[in-house]
Amino acid sequence: MERLEYIAQRLLKGVVVLLGIVVLNFLLIRLAPGDPAAVMAGEAGASDELFLQQLRQQFGLDRPLWEQLWAYISNILSFDFGFSYRQQRPVIDLLAERLPPTLLLTGTAFVLSLVTGVTLGVMAARRAGRWSDSAITVVALFFYATPLFWVGLMGVFLFSVTLGWLPAFGMGSVGVKLTGFERLVDAARHLVLPALTLTLFHMAVYARMTRASMLEVRDQDFVRTARAKGVAEGRILRRHVLRNAILPVVTIAGMKAGYLLGGSIVVETVFAWPGIGRLAYEAVLQRDYNVLLGVFLVTSAVVIAVNLATDIVYSLVDPRIELGA
Amino acid sequence: MACFRPILAATAGFLMAAAAVALPAAAQTPTRGGTMNIIISPEPPTLMLGINQTTPAAIVGGKIYESLLRYDFDLKPMPGLAKSWTVSPDGLTYTFQLQEGVKWHDGTPFTAEDVVFSAKTYLTAVHPRSRPIFQRAEEIIAPDPLTVVFKLKGPFAPFLMAWEPSTAPIVPRHIYEGTDFRTNPANAKPIGTGPFKLKEWVRGSHIHFVRNDDYWQKGKPYLDEIYYRVLPDASARVVAMETGQTHLSAFADIETFEVPRLKALPNLDLTTKGYEYLAQILWLDFNLRNKPFDDRRFRQAVYHAIDRNFLRDRIWFGLGKPATGPIHSSIPHHDANVPKYPFDPKKAEALLDEMGLKRGADGVRARVTMEQLPYGDVYVRAGEYIRQALGRVGIQVTLRSADVATWGDRVRNWDYDMTLQVLSQLGHPALGVSRLYVSSNIRKGVLFSNVNGYSNPRIDELFDKAATAVDLAQAQSMYSEIQRILVEDVPVAWLLELDFPTFIDKRFRNVVTSAIGVRDGFADVYMQR
Repeated sequence: MERLEYIAQRLLKGVVVLLGIVVLNFLLIRLAPGDPAAVMAGEAGASDELFLQQLRQQFGLDRPLWEQLWAYISNILSFDFGFSYRQQRPVIDLLAERLPPTLLLTGTAFVLSLVTGVTLGVMAARRAGRWSDSAITVVALFFYATPLFWVGLMGVFLFSVTLGWLPAFGMGSVGVKLTGFERLVDAARHLVLPALTLTLFHMAVYARMTRASMLEVRDQDFVRTARAKGVAEGRILRRHVLRNAILPVVTIAGMKAGYLLGGSIVVETVFAWPGIGRLAYEAVLQRDYNVLLGVFLVTSAVVIAVNLATDIVYSLVDPRIELGA
Repeated sequence: MACFRPILAATAGFLMAAAAVALPAAAQTPTRGGTMNIIISPEPPTLMLGINQTTPAAIVGGKIYESLLRYDFDLKPMPGLAKSWTVSPDGLTYTFQLQEGVKWHDGTPFTAEDVVFSAKTYLTAVHPRSRPIFQRAEEIIAPDPLTVVFKLKGPFAPFLMAWEPSTAPIVPRHIYEGTDFRTNPANAKPIGTGPFKLKEWVRGSHIHFVRNDDYWQKGKPYLDEIYYRVLPDASARVVAMETGQTHLSAFADIETFEVPRLKALPNLDLTTKGYEYLAQILWLDFNLRNKPFDDRRFRQAVYHAIDRNFLRDRIWFGLGKPATGPIHSSIPHHDANVPKYPFDPKKAEALLDEMGLKRGADGVRARVTMEQLPYGDVYVRAGEYIRQALGRVGIQVTLRSADVATWGDRVRNWDYDMTLQVLSQLGHPALGVSRLYVSSNIRKGVLFSNVNGYSNPRIDELFDKAATAVDLAQAQSMYSEIQRILVEDVPVAWLLELDFPTFIDKRFRNVVTSAIGVRDGFADVYMQR
């Protein structure tokens, strides 16, 4: 009951935070010079006052700011995220289209980087001080330090252009008729390079954190006690060391999960992946206010939800931790 | 009047040629079938050309929409939806005979009423570029379903040059009449008369077209399908063309420094044709309100300090040629007999000395800012070269970079010293050139107006008279005088007439067959088996 009460409280707070984010961003993006009408006029290659006026009227930009804000907030309370000024489509359609590809990409990368990162960290901790430990650290840091787009492009160059094993861009083959299973395989093949690029980048943090954390826990008294009791080394590692060492990793994973939605814009660009990161970036350049606000809303909601989930996982992993204490 | 007979003769000649056969560009017979994959970047916001005329929209929308005419590489009009046309000797009445058997993509027959609606009601309401053109018409009527007559208030020589799909798309009256043009749901599912129909648009990924089986040119189009692949990354585009995953790139899809390498590949052809209608000139714009740009000698010094051959060879890798003045060499009424500004840093320094701008202790004569043009990396590199070149003669340039919206905001509100600018000439000086130099078009807050503030009553008078002149020779002498005056005054420094590389997979034929190149309908394109 306590846990449920806690969750309900957190969700309520989350709604308040979301509203605050909407208001702040609403005002913030209007600080940038230019507005959607001006951008569209620029693209028309010609312009006159009538055109700008028509556009501003259509977009509601000629109304006072507080009126626009009020209209927007009352709309989102009924799940109407407004219209994209530029694409002439409901924002909610755009989000529904672009969200799943990003979640697929970053979700896959998240799981893979967590698994490989923790595994590498454990391996490094067990071989601490030996050359294999250094090798793992160097490799992990190399991919962390190297720019994402370069890693992505090198992957394309090697696996797509030179070896011809994997496709260079896109989420799936276009213009070919595929059966259900073939389509799955095709989608998986397209996912490999972009997901791999993201994984190589993010695993370093988990590897380093796991290694450091494990080395710290390993030297604690209760581990020494377990060993003295004659418990097998493997069991010590899993039940005692790792279980305690994983806590900081859970924290970091929770933080990173919040970035799942926005953090892949570079990879989405290099691989022409139709995700939400690229949608947001283009919306900034085009001053497509409604799309931007829609993206901020969704990403904020995800961050809030993930933070809550992280706290719950925490309390499950470590029984000493009390929610809401 | 001796004036319009040459036009009538040329037109008649063309009618006969066009009536005989439609553009056989290759000796072999075209084969039916095949799918073409084309790069598109950035993704167009919409395909409805009436409400958006960005380059990507024009490239993709040109498969759906058509206009009354097309233009060959010399900008001579050819039949489009109009199979023939006549112009009255006084230049006031234009009569177009329309093609027969044309249907909209939803099966409704196309008639002259669609043209009347498009010109009179639709375009004047939503299209900023064609609005002033059609407002010159006193009367637009359809005496029968296959004839449209335009009666102009006064002669307007470039009237025949306005009929390309992004300037004057013909839109279906039965879909748009009486509706809110901007929010009509048909904008998301465009209905045109063109050779291809929109099948599917997966945002962020691709746009899928299929053959219009009821296209009015029987037997065409030859291609089964077209896919436009959205590829936002420059390297990905190069890889796509190299590996044959896409068959066509155009405009700025491929960076200039990649062009020499792709040119050498065995599977690709390169052409710079297909941009004659747009005829883009790159120039350096000066805000004449800010010192020292109000002094002509300073502007002339800047012009002399820039080596246009360097720009062409090292930044554009040969894709272009130095511009001589405000009118592109492939546009009617170009005159190369104007003052020249060869690369001459000594002359530049002499002019600056004459102005009294001596070098300070740090070697600097003047400090100015320059906005970087945000349309692509090649312009950024050009801006960096210009800073270097001007630095050599003692003008210190601070570069300001911003995104498109911010740059647009600064320029249209006159908050700049210098900026590079690239604009289309649109087939005739009265359509794309005069707007930049006439004082009536000095409007704060409006882009592509006369932003630098140049005001010369003689230029205003000449542009006005030349556009409405009925005698071609008279018009030419006026445009020649315009070019001489403008080049002397140097309100802007015209740098390069830009060429754009179009890479075409060798298996595809008849891709670039008109002055709008890849923006055209592709009815004649076929894949060699």
